[in-house]
Amino acid sequence: MNAALLHLDGVTVTFDGFKALNALSLTVESGEMRAIIGPNGAGKTTLMDVITGKTRPDTGRVVFGDDIDLTRLDEPAIARLGIGRKFQRPTVFEPLSVYDNLLLSLAGDRRPSRALWARETAAERARLEELLATVRLTEQRHRRAAELSHGQKQWLEIGMLLAQEPRLLLVDEPVAGMSDAETAETAELLREINRTRSVVVVEHDMVFVRSLGVNVTVLHEGAVLAEGSIDAIQADDRVIEVYLGR
Amino acid sequence: MILAGRLGAATVAGLLGGAVLLAVLNLLAPAVSAVHVPDFVISLAGKYLSLAILALAIDLVWGYAGILSLGHGAFFALGGYCMGMYLMRAIGSRGVYADPTLPDFMVFIGWKHLPWYWQGFDHFWFALPMTMLVPGALAFTFGWFAFRSRVSGVYLSIITQALTYALMLAFFRNDMGFGGNNGMTDFKEILGFPLNSRGTAVGLMLVSATVLATAFVAARAMTRSRFGKVLVAVRDAEARTRFLGYRPESYKLTVWVVSAAMAGIGGALYVPQVGIINPSEFSPANSIEAVIWVAVGGRGTLSGAILGAILVNLSKTWLTSALPGLWLFAIGGLFILVTLFLPRGIIGLLTPRLRRAPRTPAVLPIGADRAVREAPAE
Repeated sequence: MNAALLHLDGVTVTFDGFKALNALSLTVESGEMRAIIGPNGAGKTTLMDVITGKTRPDTGRVVFGDDIDLTRLDEPAIARLGIGRKFQRPTVFEPLSVYDNLLLSLAGDRRPSRALWARETAAERARLEELLATVRLTEQRHRRAAELSHGQKQWLEIGMLLAQEPRLLLVDEPVAGMSDAETAETAELLREINRTRSVVVVEHDMVFVRSLGVNVTVLHEGAVLAEGSIDAIQADDRVIEVYLGR
Repeated sequence: MILAGRLGAATVAGLLGGAVLLAVLNLLAPAVSAVHVPDFVISLAGKYLSLAILALAIDLVWGYAGILSLGHGAFFALGGYCMGMYLMRAIGSRGVYADPTLPDFMVFIGWKHLPWYWQGFDHFWFALPMTMLVPGALAFTFGWFAFRSRVSGVYLSIITQALTYALMLAFFRNDMGFGGNNGMTDFKEILGFPLNSRGTAVGLMLVSATVLATAFVAARAMTRSRFGKVLVAVRDAEARTRFLGYRPESYKLTVWVVSAAMAGIGGALYVPQVGIINPSEFSPANSIEAVIWVAVGGRGTLSGAILGAILVNLSKTWLTSALPGLWLFAIGGLFILVTLFLPRGIIGLLTPRLRRAPRTPAVLPIGADRAVREAPAE
């Protein structure tokens, strides 16, 4: 097996006495794609928040790579380490063009002093062309992001994440509100991305999760209920009881 | 966007050309001629141009970074006070008390020595950078704490309002050493040029136009750079920029300090042209009025801020002499009308094509993207 890329150990997050995460432990291998499912309130979004530094856990460790403790870092620092996050609702910079959305996302120096004098380099331009092709938006490059369809915005956001050159991609409900054709294309896109990067997908859509063909982690009440292939999960009595069966 | 490009060139040309035209018609046209521009128009124009610098500074933070400052008058006034200190020192022994060092108001309250913070202001080369550094330093300190603690929106606006109000109260005190209630006035000369001469008035007006045009070009370059795009990104989706690895607070702080320094320059040009600076310049109402200029002209367009400042102040000059009691109602009504019917201000009326998709990557005014966002969802 590969080395662990992300390791959560006994992570607990409490909001006003409610345990959003309850001693959760989870390991994502390097190069792996993992799907995370669970009923509403199972802690999926909180889990994302903890990994990306938006929420600090009460107890527990979150280790990225060899020995980087993510609980000590804030969002920009974690993003620069190579963890990208896609929100549930597509969040792109609407007044900017598709091209500029990707340009701002390119890995690089993020300081204002650098941004003031930055000029696009040939390498950046080439990389942007590549990204536009990957997320199927080459034709839309000059359009403002606000004018894109919902599905196109989702892809643009995925493109922005790729531009960051992350080692780990966290994707929150990527196919919510997508047509069947878009859903299938998104699954293909994620598999393509997974060839070079680790991916964690949170999703409700079981058809989509099945089409990814990866290991699934089921969350329930802030802890891992079951883990394994989609078939094993769907046959698991506890999973059926809390989530699938009723 | 070609149109917006023309708008920028037109703004610079209009400012410089208009100022030169006024100057020529004042200095060269015979006083009896119909095209002669009287002296009071020159000083009014100079005043409007200085105020337009303040408007430009507000648009930079409000239009592009979404920071609604209701206290930008404070930075303007601080710049004005720095210039006022130089002008006071330049009076020398020509004051009522003929003290070669101490300004009249210090002699009057019985001070014997010039306070330490007045040192150096007898030199123009010292006072000039101070007109930017003092407001810049205040903005840096304020912004450091505010943006770092993620204070934003209406809370930030209220704090900026409190900031300028607190400064007003402080500057009202005689023992602050800035002339208290009366402020500073009776200036004689600037860099050796007598302030009561027509030539100096024309010169100051031309300098104001040049500085405004330069500030406009700088602000435009800033908003069109990658920095400006990040600002817009922060304005509309701050969380997203953070997860991309940007620190929104550093971007806000940078543009905030630049804007404060710009407002300071505006104040520094304003004071020699109106001949007085006093604590009422810190009044919260002044700052709010300046925000209205920007809204009227068109927020997030830069050119609109300049246009709004000049047009609203023109109407103010006219209305306060024609129907004095009506001004506050008029500006209040104007603000409501613009907010309801002209979300992109006058510039939005002039350039309806701005709404359309840009050919080149560029930043659009606020109203334009809101119109799109509020369109029926997919």
